[in-house]
Amino acid sequence: MTTATLPDTDPPKRGWYKRNEIAVTPWLFLAPAILFFAVYVIIPIFQSFSISLYDWDGLGQAEYIGLGNYSELMNDRAFEVSLWNNLKWLVCYLLAIPAGLFIALFLNQTVTGIRIYKSLFFFPFVLSQVVVGLVFAWFYLPNEGLLSNMLAMIGLGPVNVLGDPKLATYGIILAGLWPQTAYCMILYLTGLNAVDPEQVEAARLDGAKGWKMLWYVIIPQLKPATFIAFVVTIIGALRSFDLISIMTNGGPFGQTRVLSFYMFEKALSEYGFRMGYGAAIAVVLFLIMLVFIAYFLLSMYREEKGH
Amino acid sequence: MRSTLKASALALTAALAASTAFAGSHSLSGDLKIFLDTSNPAPRATMEAMIGRFQEMHPGLNIETTVIDREAYKTQIRNFLTADAPDVATWYAANRMRPYVEAGLFEDVSDLWAEPAIADNLASTKGAMTIDGKQWGVPYTYYQWGIYYRKDIYDQYGLSEPTNWDEMKSNCQTLLDNGVKCYTIGTKFLWTAGGWFDYLNLRTHGYDFHMEMAAGEVAWTDDRVRQTFANWRELIDMGGYVDNHQNYSWQEALPFMVNGDAAAYLMGNFAVAPLREAGLTDDQLDFYQFPAITDGVALAEDAPTDTFHIPANANNKEAAREFLRFVVSADEQTEINNGANLGQLPVNASASIDDDKFLEQGFAMLSSNSPGGVAQFFDRDYPAEMAAEAMQGFQEFMVFPDNLDDILARLEQVRERVYK
Repeated sequence: MTTATLPDTDPPKRGWYKRNEIAVTPWLFLAPAILFFAVYVIIPIFQSFSISLYDWDGLGQAEYIGLGNYSELMNDRAFEVSLWNNLKWLVCYLLAIPAGLFIALFLNQTVTGIRIYKSLFFFPFVLSQVVVGLVFAWFYLPNEGLLSNMLAMIGLGPVNVLGDPKLATYGIILAGLWPQTAYCMILYLTGLNAVDPEQVEAARLDGAKGWKMLWYVIIPQLKPATFIAFVVTIIGALRSFDLISIMTNGGPFGQTRVLSFYMFEKALSEYGFRMGYGAAIAVVLFLIMLVFIAYFLLSMYREEKGH
Repeated sequence: MRSTLKASALALTAALAASTAFAGSHSLSGDLKIFLDTSNPAPRATMEAMIGRFQEMHPGLNIETTVIDREAYKTQIRNFLTADAPDVATWYAANRMRPYVEAGLFEDVSDLWAEPAIADNLASTKGAMTIDGKQWGVPYTYYQWGIYYRKDIYDQYGLSEPTNWDEMKSNCQTLLDNGVKCYTIGTKFLWTAGGWFDYLNLRTHGYDFHMEMAAGEVAWTDDRVRQTFANWRELIDMGGYVDNHQNYSWQEALPFMVNGDAAAYLMGNFAVAPLREAGLTDDQLDFYQFPAITDGVALAEDAPTDTFHIPANANNKEAAREFLRFVVSADEQTEINNGANLGQLPVNASASIDDDKFLEQGFAMLSSNSPGGVAQFFDRDYPAEMAAEAMQGFQEFMVFPDNLDDILARLEQVRERVYK
């Protein structure tokens, strides 16, 4: 008897999903990205941390050695050299930003055929890093190279850029700056399109021109472009691997290695069987990157809040 | 105790081998996956032709060949041996195979080596294939190292092939006086400097000392090691090597010899083909054994051996064993090592050497004038990590010989860690 009355009093049934739709749907859309980000980025970071505590050749049994790899890094001169080289890359690579800005300013005019000039300046960025490396390696060749011949013309002796442990890293950075400058240039060119002509007009009426105009009116408006240029340049500097591999293979005697290259050599190259040590180097590199990652995230967070 | 164990093991494996040989000669079936690192055009064609002949003998077998770039192979082997193992894979002898042997990734093929056809004919390379008293693969080719030189330039300055250290140096001085560098070398990829160290060390102190060093029993700061470097330094200080060699690969160092800027090249026999292609005739190009340095030290040579192995995770080990037998058979050895193919030395004593003056000289040298022993090569005899650090040190030494103390101290540190 009582059972018959029950269905009438109940409200219409809704599924669990229907009830939680608003909360769940965003997570459903995010799920694939979160899954892949976790599997390919987050989990490997922790795996690297854990492998760096082991002495492991990648094949046999891993032996736990605590912070042994890190204490060995402290006394490893090759590691020290790589760390310094990373710093050189970070500092020198930033030159791409002002260089890109000035080329962009120079190209930001309406002349017949300006598109061709723009593409020509952009061209090096389209080239593969391997090609850039090879071309510069030939350019630097001690006897046959273009550089030596040019120096000979003005009466200077040949210089072996890539064979000289003091010069080699700068030689490679210069090669890297060529495409990187083009990249920054294209970022600034698009940025310059967005500069407000009315503000420029107003500044002009107030008598601003030349450097003052650039510094106080143009550059502040280019801030988003500068931020992106900074991000890609820092990432580019820390990723510098292919150029080193092509141009010097880390040599002469390991003086052009950076952390990523050193990690590869120790863990994955022909003679590299030290997964734990390589992972320890990777962790150090990650910590350096973390500084920048934190900075980037913070700036983006502030930007979001500002809106 | 040990010998009886060994004998019974031998008997057992021989019995096993006999039964598999019997089964194998009838019909092989299934898939046979072969991974090769012979990616250069000529070796690749040779290998593919050889596999084609094996296929004809065993039509029931479905052979699948994968050729991987030689350099990439060196890093990929770790992955495919553990994850997706082929049935047969190429690799190198001696210490170079040790990591895979110790990780249990290569199949013990001592049974093959117990068969008379292999035991009797491949004795010379057995040592290079042995770790812990067992054999882990078979060789398919090897080649001599030595000094390849421009005979026409030597003749022009009245020089002859040196037989001792003083002659070697005086030859060099004459060449330098005439504006010709004694030796070309490209050390960008480091291993070429390892060849020089091998020979200087083998000639200064002999094979046994060299191998004690490889086993980590001698300190790098030992006076005897310094003696080797002192000898090396004499050549460096004379200016005997081409300048800026740290910029060049071994191929990029060839033009110095072709153009006559340098007169000789310490290299493996594989250098002959590109030198001939560059236009040097056999009248211009000749070969001599690295001369003696210390009197009374028996001459020993480098002769790197390339090998075939069966991965422990292979599926068709029966067919793989049959393939290994086929590769080392006298006929195949004669065929694949002739001048039209690999242009190297056959590993089978019953095979015949091709009619090529470099192969003939190399064979004569290795079989009758290398009483001290035959080493593989620096980066195959020494553990990977030691070799990598040491070869980098050699390159630095060749550019800045004054850094020697620092280099040796560094290598000694590495030695203490690697061999602990």
